[in-house]
Amino acid sequence: MSAPGRGEVLIEVSGLCVDYGLGEGAVHAVVGADLALRRGEVFGLAGESGSGKSTLAYAITRLLRAPGVITAGQARFGASVNLLTAGPRQLRGLRWNEIAVVLQSSMNALNPVLSIGSQFSDVLRAHRPGMSRAERQARSGELLQMVGIPADRLRSYPHELSGGMRQRVMIATALALDPSVVILDEPTTALDVVTQREILSELTALRDRLGFAVLFISHDLSLLVEIADSIAVMYAGRLVERASAKAIFRAPRHPYSLGLLSSFPSLHGPRVAMEGIPGAPADLRNAPPGCTFHPRCRYAFDRCRTDAPPLLELDGGSRAAACWLQDGSMAAPGELARAEDVPVPAECGPTGGRP
Amino acid sequence: MTITPIDQAYRANGTSGRRPVLEARGLTKYFPVHLRRGGRQVVHAVEDATLALPESGITAVVGESGSGKSTLARLLAQLITPTSGAVLLDGAPAPTRRRYARQVQLVLQDPFSSLNPVHNVRYHLARPLRMHGLASRERRRGSTGPDGSDLDRRIADLLDRVALTPADQFADKYPHELSGGQRQRVAIARALAVRPRVLLADEPVSMLDVSIRLGVLNLLGALRDRDGLSILYVTHDIASARYLADVIAVMYAGQVIESGPAAQVTDAPAHPYTQLLLSAAPDPDRAQPPSLAGRGAPPNLIRPPSGCRFHPRCPHAMTVCAAERPAAIEVAPGHSSACWLHTPGLTPAQSRPLPGTRGPGGPGGSGGSGRDTDNEALRAPGPTPGTQGPGEEK
Repeated sequence: MSAPGRGEVLIEVSGLCVDYGLGEGAVHAVVGADLALRRGEVFGLAGESGSGKSTLAYAITRLLRAPGVITAGQARFGASVNLLTAGPRQLRGLRWNEIAVVLQSSMNALNPVLSIGSQFSDVLRAHRPGMSRAERQARSGELLQMVGIPADRLRSYPHELSGGMRQRVMIATALALDPSVVILDEPTTALDVVTQREILSELTALRDRLGFAVLFISHDLSLLVEIADSIAVMYAGRLVERASAKAIFRAPRHPYSLGLLSSFPSLHGPRVAMEGIPGAPADLRNAPPGCTFHPRCRYAFDRCRTDAPPLLELDGGSRAAACWLQDGSMAAPGELARAEDVPVPAECGPTGGRP
Repeated sequence: MTITPIDQAYRANGTSGRRPVLEARGLTKYFPVHLRRGGRQVVHAVEDATLALPESGITAVVGESGSGKSTLARLLAQLITPTSGAVLLDGAPAPTRRRYARQVQLVLQDPFSSLNPVHNVRYHLARPLRMHGLASRERRRGSTGPDGSDLDRRIADLLDRVALTPADQFADKYPHELSGGQRQRVAIARALAVRPRVLLADEPVSMLDVSIRLGVLNLLGALRDRDGLSILYVTHDIASARYLADVIAVMYAGQVIESGPAAQVTDAPAHPYTQLLLSAAPDPDRAQPPSLAGRGAPPNLIRPPSGCRFHPRCPHAMTVCAAERPAAIEVAPGHSSACWLHTPGLTPAQSRPLPGTRGPGGPGGSGGSGRDTDNEALRAPGPTPGTQGPGEEK
């Protein structure tokens, strides 16, 4: 896949904070998120449930609903558009034309009483008023074929399609107006692995052909490593690490990324006992002080319990991690300081026979 | 069919001589459905499934949604009665409901709905103990340890076994106060209350966060090693099956199509469907994007395909595959696969590539009702798909 940073920055987010609720009882769902999405890139956003990855996507597309509030930060589209202050008219111009969103559950996103064709026409009629009926029909068929569904399926209703086909229809509608950014929120989580793989390979082929950027949100880091160019890992509302997919996989710098990677059993090599991450994901209503990951971190020391680490630029800015082990004041443990170009050893956990 | 591939698998895996605790012999389940056109029909949910769960062993059943793996678990739990075939406990027909439940317990997928939100953990664990007369009724509130009642001691014991400690702190919690992993541990503790010998776990970790899945899997592994439990692990995640199980049985469209020692099934898959499954699984070690060893979706089980149920999707389909169901053939000691490719001496007429499938003839075919796409055929004819990553040997 292509190297990160090959295109201009399409969406730039800096210091974004999102709360649910106001005042004392507010839950900080996203805290100080920084990221840049470039043209032609697949950017993976990884995290567990409640890590704020979907909230972040909803905030930058302004789809966030009350009680969600954006409390601080910047989000720009291109050079000129401020996404956080854009008015309804400007947003309407952006949505679907420039930024399209595909949600996790295609069952809920498609209208069950309208045929696929009329749902395509809806989009085109609303955003391309100049198109004739025949043109809309032709474009809809073309879009369906693009995701590998025969055009005669336009007459079908959602319940007549399999889950994989419905998700393909969602992707096709998202691409209807040639957007430059497509945001996919767990697009394949509800699907079987074979269907997931088919959709992902179609998606990357379309990306290569049409050149849009993809923000791919998933809890499955092992999948993101395969399909994304760069990856940001979120934990309890914060970006804890950002790097190229290869670098995250081969040389994670944050203990949480390391733990997540060793939570996926391998399909090759000797079977070794693995530990995962002890404890449970942080409760945002009652977030721990300092680094939110410290109660589960086996490297935690005093400073982690009091000060929250900022996202530190590493390796000349090509990657970043929010961990006090990486601020240069001490040598990081070996497994958090691997070189990026050296293949990973089989496992990081203690080795043994049967798990 | 008379072959019991799993038995053979155990022999090869070093668990030989161990009598199976629980066995499925030719289990078949058809669910009746009523269609607007076509009237009464049946869904062939599970067909002729034979499986044996040995003492102190984990058997994984792997398959996509609709492959019948959960139905098989429910058949083994005797929650549903089979259309034909038998469930044998210690080689004898299963006893009455209550006596069976003392030996075989089921853990469900979703710990958010399998625990009653208005009752605390103590209630969930006390109920099976009382119903099966395993602990005396009287108890004093809040007292645990040596001077607590029998029931309290038992509950503390159970929580201890699933690593929810300190036990007295967890016993009074309600489900909403627990994380997903803790809830699933309570569900497992509840199943362990009657001291069963067999645990049927239906996708026990698929609803849990990634970082805590391994903890629950390791707990199942400890129950096998420490307490000698016989465990059925139903999952769609073949990597976790490889990690945890001793034996993997792969199901497709209601049938067990391959079974054998876990690492062998994943490292040298014999059946084209297992190869497809592995080629599609996420694998960060993979150097290049995978080429799928087949395409499409599982078939409609109301009118399943003739012969081998995988033939409409199979890149190697031959004439014989559409005509006759293949028998399970041992491809390595303890490792068997139901595929015509393993049968030597097929006549040229039988082994002709099937037109209209994923064979060299290219895309097409109208048989499978659920076929998803007609893109160019992606085939991987080699025996082991998926490139081997660089970092696998240490």
